[in-house]
Amino acid sequence: MKTIKQVSRRDFLKTGGVFVIGVSLFGCGEEKIPGVAKKATLTGPWSPDVFVSFDAEGNATIISHRSEMGQGIRTGLPAVLADEMEADWNRVTVQQATGDARYGDQNTDGSWSVRGFMQRMRDTGATVRLMLEQSAAQQWGVDVSECKASLHTIIHEPTGRVLEFKDVVAGAAQLPVPDVEQITLKSPDQFRYIGKALPIVDMHDMTHGGAVYGADIRIPGMKFAAIARPPVVFGKVSTFNADKAMAVNGVEQVIELPAAEAPAMFKALGGIAVIASNSWAALRGRDLLDIEWDDGANADYDSARYKQALLETVRKPGTVLRKQGDVDQALGSSVTTLEAEYYAPHLAHASMEPPAAVASVTADFCEIWAPTQNPQSLIPMAEKVTGLKPEQIRVNVTLLGGAFGRKSKCDFVEEAVLLSKKLAAPVLVQWSREDDIRHDYYHTVSAQQLSAGINDEGVVHSWRHRLAYPSIMSTFDASVGEAAAFETGLGALNVPYAIENLSIEAGQAEAKVRIGWLRSVCNIFQSFGVNCFTDEIAHARGLSPKENLLELLGSDRTLDFTDVGLEETENYPFETGRLRNVINQVTDKASFGRELPPGHGQGLAAQYSFLSYVAAVVEVAVESDGSWTVPRVDIVIDCGQVVNTDRVKSQQEGAVVFGLSLARDSEITAANGKIVQGNFNNYRVSRISMTPETHVHLVESSAPPAGVGEPGVPPIAPALANALFAATGKRFRELPLGKKLDLKVTEQASEQSDA
Amino acid sequence: MINLTVNGQAKQYDGDGEMPLLWYLRDLLTLTGTKFGCGKGLCGACTVHLDGQAVRSCSVSMDRLEGATITTIEGLGATGDHPLQIAWAEHNVPQCGYCQSGQIMQAASLLAVTPKPDDQQINDAMGGVICRCGTYQRIRAAIKSAAGGDS
Repeated sequence: MKTIKQVSRRDFLKTGGVFVIGVSLFGCGEEKIPGVAKKATLTGPWSPDVFVSFDAEGNATIISHRSEMGQGIRTGLPAVLADEMEADWNRVTVQQATGDARYGDQNTDGSWSVRGFMQRMRDTGATVRLMLEQSAAQQWGVDVSECKASLHTIIHEPTGRVLEFKDVVAGAAQLPVPDVEQITLKSPDQFRYIGKALPIVDMHDMTHGGAVYGADIRIPGMKFAAIARPPVVFGKVSTFNADKAMAVNGVEQVIELPAAEAPAMFKALGGIAVIASNSWAALRGRDLLDIEWDDGANADYDSARYKQALLETVRKPGTVLRKQGDVDQALGSSVTTLEAEYYAPHLAHASMEPPAAVASVTADFCEIWAPTQNPQSLIPMAEKVTGLKPEQIRVNVTLLGGAFGRKSKCDFVEEAVLLSKKLAAPVLVQWSREDDIRHDYYHTVSAQQLSAGINDEGVVHSWRHRLAYPSIMSTFDASVGEAAAFETGLGALNVPYAIENLSIEAGQAEAKVRIGWLRSVCNIFQSFGVNCFTDEIAHARGLSPKENLLELLGSDRTLDFTDVGLEETENYPFETGRLRNVINQVTDKASFGRELPPGHGQGLAAQYSFLSYVAAVVEVAVESDGSWTVPRVDIVIDCGQVVNTDRVKSQQEGAVVFGLSLARDSEITAANGKIVQGNFNNYRVSRISMTPETHVHLVESSAPPAGVGEPGVPPIAPALANALFAATGKRFRELPLGKKLDLKVTEQASEQSDA
Repeated sequence: MINLTVNGQAKQYDGDGEMPLLWYLRDLLTLTGTKFGCGKGLCGACTVHLDGQAVRSCSVSMDRLEGATITTIEGLGATGDHPLQIAWAEHNVPQCGYCQSGQIMQAASLLAVTPKPDDQQINDAMGGVICRCGTYQRIRAAIKSAAGGDS
């Protein structure tokens, strides 16, 4: 608690006259807090006093401890606290937290900020509200039950007397913190901000050039650095010549950084850094370095060859991860069997802000400014690099110019700390777009084979799903060669279909680049395989895609996959009825199955991910030359309780564009271990002309809040491919689909055989 | 010595003529509202106005700017918010916000020439500015709002 007080005082001094209410009600027992997800209980003591402070005028400052990367969390969670506290939102300033365990978990990843912290924010707000009411009651000499907080004031209900927050804050700070049992949470009909559309707090800055991202930090004496990293992962510098680089006006120094060794972890990759007086000189000098690289063991990575190897792998039995009945026997006795293979390439995150970070290391302090999803992870990294103690390290979190999972890895921040220590000066490390595309933690490359059998009654009685892809775990343990349950569990292992005989199998796949998580992770390709294959089954059965999907989903029930190694999430059962509901809603909203103009087609897909239920209908328009557009997308999400309706909608709008990008345009390939793509000319992403008219529908729900940022992505690619089938009669089983379809392909719609 | 005007202020530059305008703005003038996205004119994050026209500041070198008038996002609403800045707020356009300076500067250039753009004109003008968060639908609506049309 000592540390907390000190830091609070620093904030106090900085802004002048800030008054901090000191409450520590949750320090004693995590399990007392209802509705907090399991993950949140692993995050150490909870000290809400660091979340709220008031200045002398009674204006509130609320801390956002989660990183803002476009999802609107700097607005959402503070608004939850403000709502319960009965604050006037116009009198609230949001302040970004530094990286510090006193806030609880800050790793902004996995679509769980609201799920993990909404209850805590409510409890914190309600606690402060009660203390303000108690303070007013003391002043008036009345019972607290007669005092009610309302929009930054306390009203004595029997007499109508009013005190403002500023009048009661000082008294409140002297009070003992009430037990969590004493607080009363608002009922949903009393919410002022929760469940409404709230503008984002950074709007003015973002539209006037004032928003501060990683590369926007300026410190007196700061140097600018650009780094030539090994083109092949775990390659090393053999020899280098910096004469041409040093001749660039503004270049001051060239520094060799130690090469990284497997496993990749989040370590800096090494290479040659060029230090200059501005970014351009650094980048230009870097490009002029003559370096001979020793590429190492990953130089044999070739995407074309690797793809064939993955496909060979899924044509053979793999490790059985989930088994029901006897699939092989059932497939053998089917009247109709279907088999199809799907392939999806590596992807890069390509956030619009390339990685950038600033560090200032002195003999006794290390200060970092970074667009990081995981500020606390930078502290042990900086300890290791600088030899300083955690209390000598401060991590400031800037806005993130997009992240999508990339900026939870601190390799780029470590570079800044390493260089600042060596130079004894503040350093900004600026990645170019080529650096970003070529040194990513890539979304994995995958092959899948799906097989299904239909019996003489037309019932789908067997389902076999074979997968092969390098695991994210390979980034932490180079020996891992098979997908982990947390990966296959994103839409393959937990396929919700009521099918009698079932087998989910994983094959071996060695990682040859750094593998990381990208928005919705393995759902991207597993949803693609499962939903496309489901559509193929519908066609084979002569059913509408919707009818087929709902039938496979079966009767409403709660699914449990703990026996196959998936974690159970308390308070979040997987309910197939909620998936059925979003399928019904989206097909209604899109008038699925309606008569369409020639060349148009509609496709349907649904996915349960990050504890949310999403279904989408994509409409395509295909020209006779194979070029195509997407006139319309309907998407329905049931993510339980919604905090900011506008941001949930905007996340789904963005997810549609993100899904179309990866379905149509984006692909990372390697040749001789080097990434072929380097900029937006060959790593293509969606632009405005491809953007469909997108209709987002939110399911009203009082269920606990679930994921929002990621779940919109998985249904888009398969719904699109299914729409293209509806429009053309051809199956497209490989991503990306490209700008122009090959309509001359003579292959049958599905590899269907009648036994 | 290169003489130019940036956001209404006279400036002189006597450094390397090959330095792109982007880095002059960001690193020498500390006008960091203009963003670096690709360095090759492929993404539009660095869009500013050169004599009233939208250009990619990463691809314009300083030695071409004698007598030039530059407006950046910081200078766009200098005499009160630009209608686009108001429309952007009305439609809650930004997500991460990083590309939005470029989007707004490109859109301002469009509206200066085409006060009531249709969808095709918006696609043509805005096609060079990437938003990875996918705010395009709202960008389109906000441009139409600012143009005084329906959205």
